[in-house]
Amino acid sequence: MKDSVSYKVFKVVNTIILLLIVFITVFPFINVLAQSFSSEAYINAGKVNLIPRGFNIDTYRTVAKDAMFWTNYKNTVVYTVVGTVISMFMTTIFAYALSKKRLMGRKFLTMFAVFTMFFNGGLIPNYVLINSLGFANSIWAIVVPGAISIYNMLIMKSFFENMPEELEEAASIDGLNTYGILFRIILPLSKAIMATMMLFYAVGHWNSWFSAFLYMDQKELFPVTVYLRNLIAGATGGASAGATSADNLTQISANIKSVTMVLTILPILLIYPFVQKYFVSGVMLGSVKG
Amino acid sequence: METKAVSPALPQERAVKKQKQRSVGRLLRKDWQLYSLLVLPIIYLLIFKYGPMIGNVIAFRRFVPGGNIYGEKWVGFHYFQMFIQDPNFWKVFTNTLILGALTLLFTFPIPIIFALLLNEVKNKKFKKFVQTASYMPHFLSIVIVAGMILQMTSASGSINALIRFFGGDGVNFMQRAEWFRAIYVTSEVWQGMGWGAILYLAALTTIDESLYEAAKIDGANRWKQTLHVTIPGILPTIVTLLILNMGSFLAIGFEKILLLYNPVIYETSDVISTYLFRVGLQSSSFSYATAIGLFESIIGLILVFSVNAISRKVTERSLW
Repeated sequence: MKDSVSYKVFKVVNTIILLLIVFITVFPFINVLAQSFSSEAYINAGKVNLIPRGFNIDTYRTVAKDAMFWTNYKNTVVYTVVGTVISMFMTTIFAYALSKKRLMGRKFLTMFAVFTMFFNGGLIPNYVLINSLGFANSIWAIVVPGAISIYNMLIMKSFFENMPEELEEAASIDGLNTYGILFRIILPLSKAIMATMMLFYAVGHWNSWFSAFLYMDQKELFPVTVYLRNLIAGATGGASAGATSADNLTQISANIKSVTMVLTILPILLIYPFVQKYFVSGVMLGSVKG
Repeated sequence: METKAVSPALPQERAVKKQKQRSVGRLLRKDWQLYSLLVLPIIYLLIFKYGPMIGNVIAFRRFVPGGNIYGEKWVGFHYFQMFIQDPNFWKVFTNTLILGALTLLFTFPIPIIFALLLNEVKNKKFKKFVQTASYMPHFLSIVIVAGMILQMTSASGSINALIRFFGGDGVNFMQRAEWFRAIYVTSEVWQGMGWGAILYLAALTTIDESLYEAAKIDGANRWKQTLHVTIPGILPTIVTLLILNMGSFLAIGFEKILLLYNPVIYETSDVISTYLFRVGLQSSSFSYATAIGLFESIIGLILVFSVNAISRKVTERSLW
């Protein structure tokens, strides 16, 4: 069957619209990249859009020389790794226990967890709690309060529920206890979902800034996102790279910001092509259970 | 959820109950490893989720920083009366409603349209390419997104370059309150369009091909097919996501606004969450800010439950 003329026209227009969407989506990335290689004068004159002007890599050198940037970058790595390990452990044991039909109070406990998705304590009570626990200026303020994402837990739970019962029965006849079944039988069979969850958590931790911003006031403890935030806010970054004086209100130049942004996005962009299918499958799994 | 009426226990039922209790104990002993897995998560939920909920009592009690975390003495609805009489509160409340409604109005339908357009692409490679590119902004840190927005809207940014290219005068967007809503909503669309289309794209693949064949035989062109086959096919997904979105429409991007706004544009950009952040943590009016936060959470909770209840009545679809 042949397409009508109007459908042919539509297809051309559609392709153009989609290309335009891609362009708009990608443009800010290209723009930042271009600015990171440009000289400040060209950026301030509003002349850097898609291609670098006044090409140089001096800005990268300047940022690379800033010890605080690397300290904060390293913090981000540590917070991400520790946070992801804690989150994975807590989410897995919770999801596994709740996935067992023989568990007493299973329904109540699930509701108990789900309720927290719709009602949370709010900013101030959280702030008061974390400080009263003595978590301020420590990694715990960042990795503990958000340890379990109930949403992720529900995805994992429904995955475990769909695993055949016979597997576990066979394993327990072989003398494995519950821990053994979980860690030696179930987890090796759940690699795909585990990878997805791990990515969700890791990206979340890598990108997070607010808890550090809220609970930390020592620069050497900041993750790189807070370092970047301070550059963008332009006020507190007086001591960081590129600032011409110690004046707190020094305007941080655009190329410094761009380089910092590029270096912060880089790890995510590098793994993105390889892992995006896991993310997508994670969303699908989530939709099964609503 | 259903609640069962509790009937007074008869003697033989009591005996059964006792037996049950004994078997509960036996079950616990036999299966203690399974139950032990629950210990840490439950402690976590109690301290870090339910703890702050209880911490909301300071909305009704005078709180002194450094003092008792549950406040010093009862003051009743004092702080609630305070914010109800606070003109600033009503200003940020209105801002929150407007910004939430605008965000929903644009970020909800655009992914559907995007999915429908993508669905018409027959070239698999091109489709994949567009999809992959469109997901990318979803994985960025909000700090980076804010940085990009500020850079693009600045006097030397690309948007002004475009305006000047067409002969217009540059606009200092972030100093002009009337631009904030447009910038915020656009950035939300930019970030969420591709990601938001995933579920629709999945739903589109489940539509039975024979329905299209039948429509073709009836003489329906591609547009009619879209109207009568495609859209009804993804309608359940649309409704479910609409419930989710409407339930959370007050919970607008607090972190993003915090990173973007400045005192010059508070008039349109200041929302409930940013306001309570400032009065609470920067001016140390903890109880006052908690009262505002509690008010917002309760409205949010009511919204989710009522939208869900309405949807269950009208469409027989609900989240639980």
